[in-house]
Order: sequence, then structure tokens, then C-alpha cells
Amino acid sequence: MKSTGKFVRIVDNTMRDGSHAVRHQFTIEDVTAIASSLDDAGVPVIEISHGDGLAGHSFQYGFARCSDEEKISAVKKAVKKAKVSVLLLPGIGTRQNLQKAIECGAKIARIATHCTEADISEQHIKMSKDMGLEVFGLLMMSHMEPPPKLLEQAKLMESYGADAVYLMDSAGAMIPDMVRARVSALKNGLKIEVGFHAHNNLGLGIGNTLAAVEEGATVIDACVCGLGGGAGNAQEEVLVAVLDRAGYQTGIDLYKIMSVAEEVVTPRMPRPQIIDKAALALGYSGVYSSFLLHTYRAAERFKVAPFDILLELGRLRTVGGQEDLIVDVAYKLANKK
Amino acid sequence: MPEKKINVGIIGPGNIGTDLMYKILKYSRYMNLKIIVGIYASSDGLKIADKLGVENSSEGIDALLKDKSIKIAFDATTASAHLKNATLLKKAGIRAIDLTPAAVGPYVCPVVDIAAHIDASNINLMTCGAQATVPIVAAIGSVTKVPYAEIVATISSKSAGPGTRQNIDEFTQTTARALEIVGKADKGKAIIILNPAEPPILMRNTIYTAVKEQKKDEIIDAVNKMVKKVKEYVPGYRLRVPPIFDEDKVTTMVEVEGAGEYLPKYAGNLDIETSAALAVGDLVAKRMLEKEARANEIDR
Repeated sequence: MKSTGKFVRIVDNTMRDGSHAVRHQFTIEDVTAIASSLDDAGVPVIEISHGDGLAGHSFQYGFARCSDEEKISAVKKAVKKAKVSVLLLPGIGTRQNLQKAIECGAKIARIATHCTEADISEQHIKMSKDMGLEVFGLLMMSHMEPPPKLLEQAKLMESYGADAVYLMDSAGAMIPDMVRARVSALKNGLKIEVGFHAHNNLGLGIGNTLAAVEEGATVIDACVCGLGGGAGNAQEEVLVAVLDRAGYQTGIDLYKIMSVAEEVVTPRMPRPQIIDKAALALGYSGVYSSFLLHTYRAAERFKVAPFDILLELGRLRTVGGQEDLIVDVAYKLANKK
Repeated sequence: MPEKKINVGIIGPGNIGTDLMYKILKYSRYMNLKIIVGIYASSDGLKIADKLGVENSSEGIDALLKDKSIKIAFDATTASAHLKNATLLKKAGIRAIDLTPAAVGPYVCPVVDIAAHIDASNINLMTCGAQATVPIVAAIGSVTKVPYAEIVATISSKSAGPGTRQNIDEFTQTTARALEIVGKADKGKAIIILNPAEPPILMRNTIYTAVKEQKKDEIIDAVNKMVKKVKEYVPGYRLRVPPIFDEDKVTTMVEVEGAGEYLPKYAGNLDIETSAALAVGDLVAKRMLEKEARANEIDR
């Protein structure tokens, strides 16, 4: 296999986006074991936060077993080389939460907004930069907007000081052509790095990520065992193998990351990470992936079909974070019956 | 004989100030709008004031302070501007009703705690999210202890101005504190979400409360009564989903449709702030008039 000589930096999200898959119930023992094994495999960046970012601990998104600070400190303690990353969604978390996370050892701050609302990230990006962190701006649900709009928003984040801007396929609704058009628009229009975050709802977690890398994305999210909201994220051990085959370097030891999957993460999974009917509905109708388990709960509570709830949420053009609308829609569907 | 009114002024002819101008002119029982002031002559709000025949000036708060007949000033500028304005108004003996998040004075919700602060020299109207949700938390809290209240306010992107966007942390922090101080929850948490859907969505709010006792009928009754009370000054305020009871929580959802006079109907988040300002202003003005009347009687 011919090497491209290019390096792709993998940002591990097993304990952040993967937190959705365990309903935010990771213990300190879990995060310590996962973080130290990832570090040993050579994973360069490890993200740790509530699935919905710092301060996501709530009725709206689910109460976590351990606090963000406890988990960040545990990961920091468990790693020798990896950088610790945290996620923050303005509107949910605040600069205060970010400051605490930095005190606990976070070296990368990732600030995420809906892909048309980049201007609410200004305070948080600037503060993190001022505190010496590497900062990524994340544009969520980026399937909903065309490339020029995404570039306009990405430029805002760049102007605040972001070191990279990510396109988040939060609903796992993109197909490779959409990914290519969007990544190349950012790659051509920005001076900073471009990142990509996939979901596997349409079975394209790896395919879309490869398309993004081929268009020039150099920072990539992945989760061991494909853990994550909806049908999960790009499966990290598979991605490492695929990128190696395609001639990209990740610095991650394939054999070791495969062992992390089989020996460390799999035993901690409450359910297999598959594309079931509802997960497919997320991707097909463009609904935020972390709605999945909340939808199952509301469907049971109000005796309606998860699929019907998700289609209606897609029709309403819901954005990330609107988990309360799941109950609203389920309640209305139940009363229509 | 025309009813006596208290002279008032508005500082800040932006969206909020202009909408408030319309509301005072149209609905106020006890206030007479004397002047609206801004700092840009080109401001749309001042042009509208011209058309409506309201005295206006682009010389800022100084123009308002010159009019010694003014007793109440509404501040619809920004938190940092209000910090300066608050001192000037206090020195001039003018009551301040503050629509910015400066929080110089106590937080006030017209249907919850106005009685305790009616004579305060400065009154703060919290945030739109708090105006929409604190009444529900207080209603539930009147039935049973609320150890924790969490609200999610979703507003259309179009109705979130630069002030909200650049101060989004202040919005969540102020709202959370208002749930505790005014709503009387032991602990409060607030989340705000901007949704860019077209046509723009109405402001919707979800209120989750952890309750000590699941007194269903009493909670439903208290919530219904409270919604009715809020409706009296915010006609577009409605219950979207009545209280849903789960093991550890009560979930209630309300939405706010704006009156659609100056601001579009979807901007219920702005409407509830100006409506609260009108309601509080009228209560304060009424109280001033009553005091004056009593003083006159004693004089006689």
C-alpha cells in the first residue's frame, strides 16, 4: 500500500458521544480503564464530558453517574501522552464550567453550536484561547445547510480564534457526496484545519469519514466499538485499519486499539451498537442522533411508535439539544389516537 | 374626569424599547409615556416615536433626566449601559424598571413577587426565559417543595438579538438564579436553544421540577390558575403540555406567542419581557398614585 505521507489526528469520543449509549452511566473505574488503554494504543486526543457537553447533567439530557470534573480528572490521571479534550455547547454549559474543566486538566476545548448559530460561541472560543488551549469550533447538524452557509459560519469561528472547524454529521444523514462538497468548501475557504464527525445511522460512518479525509479533513472523531448516539460514530478500530490501508498515518497501534475494543469497551456496553429501525429513521429523516434512547423511553411512556416520533421530529426541523420536544411530540401523538 | 397618570420614559429605542412604547401607549392604565431616548438619531425606534407623536431624543439619558416630571424609567439598553444609568436614575429619584440582565435591583415577576419589591428603587425583569417559567415553578412550589427546577427555553434564531447571543452564559445563569430566588426552587438550572427553522417557531419552554410530593390534582390546579394569571398580561401565553407526572419529576410545557404589534408573533420571548414591563410599570404607577392621593388627604 502506497503511503500518502499524510497524518490524520483521531479525537477519541468513546466516553463523550459514547456516553449517550450508556445513558451517561460511566463510572470512574470505566473512564480510567478506557482512557489508559486508549493512551497506551497511541490515541492522541481523548474527549471526556457528558454526552451533551459540560453541564449536560440534567432532566433534559439525563443525569450522569459521575460529574464532569471527576471524570476529566480521572482521564487526566490515567493518560501519559494523550491530550484531554472537553465539549461545550453554549446555552447548556458556560465559561464557568469550562474554567473548571481546564483546572481539571483539559487541554483542548471543543465548542459546538447548531450550524447556523456560530456567533454564540464567541465568548467560549476566545476565553479558551486566552487560557492557552487548543480550540475547535464544531458546527452541528451540518447536513441541514448548504456549503456556502457552512463556510460563512465556519469563518466566524475562525475569526474568534478557533484552530479547527468541524463539520458534525450529528444526524448521520449525509451521504459521501454531501460530505465531499461541505469539507472541500471549508478546506478551500479557511486557513485553519477542517474536522469531521460521523454518525453511522445510514451505515456510512466509515465511508463518510474516508470521504472527508480525502477532501482534506485532518481531525476526525471516532469511537471504539462505534459507540455513540443513534447507531454510533465512526468505529475507531475499523477506521484505524481503513486509514492505514488508504495510506494515512494515525499513530495508533491497530492491534492495541482492536484489543481496547474487545477487552475494555465491549464488556461495558449495555446494548450492541447496531442500526435498528429507529436509528435508521434518525439518519433518513435527519434527526439528532442522541435523541434515540430518549425516543425509546417516550415511546414506551406514551405507547406510540418510536419511528412515528422521529419522523415528526424530522418534519419539525428540530436541532440538537431539543430533547424536550420528543416528549411534546409523543404526548401529542398519543392524544391524537 | 380623566384618570391621573404617572409620567414615564423609555431608554433604548431598540426592538424591546419600541415594542414597549406601543404597549404603554395602547394599554397602560396608569402610565403616560413622556419620552423615549436613544443615542443614534438614525434609530428606527425614534422615527416611529415621531410618527406616534411621542417626544424623543437621540441625546441619551440626559434628555430624559431633564424632564423633572418623569417618575419611572424603563431601561431597554444593555447590562453595561444600565449599570451607569441606574446610578443616574437613582440620584434623580426616578424609579428604574430594568429590562437588561444587569440585575442591579431585585428580580421581579409580575405574578410572583412584585408585592415584595413594589417600592424598590430599581426592579429587574430577569430574562424572557425566567418570565415564562418562574411562574410555573412558583405555582408548583405553592403545593409542594421543589428541590430542583430545570427549564429549557427554545426560541427562534430570528428573535435572538446580538445581546442574547453575545451574553448567552448570562442568560442561563440569570435564569437559573431566578428559578431559585423567585421560583423558590432549592436549585435551578436553565438551558437555552436557538432554532433557525423557517417559518420561525414560537417561543417554547419546558419546565421540569423535582417535587417532594406528587400531589397531582393540586399541582394541575395550581398550574392552570397560574397560566390564567400570566395570560392576563401576556395574552399569547399558553399551556402546551399540561403537567406530566413521572416518578421523580413533573414536566410542564408552555409556549408564548407574541402580540404581533411591533414585533412579529414568533418573538414571544421579547413580548413576554415587554408585557412584564408594562404590568410591573402599571402596578408601580398605581401604587405611586395611591400614595399621592393619601398624602393629599392628610394635607387637607
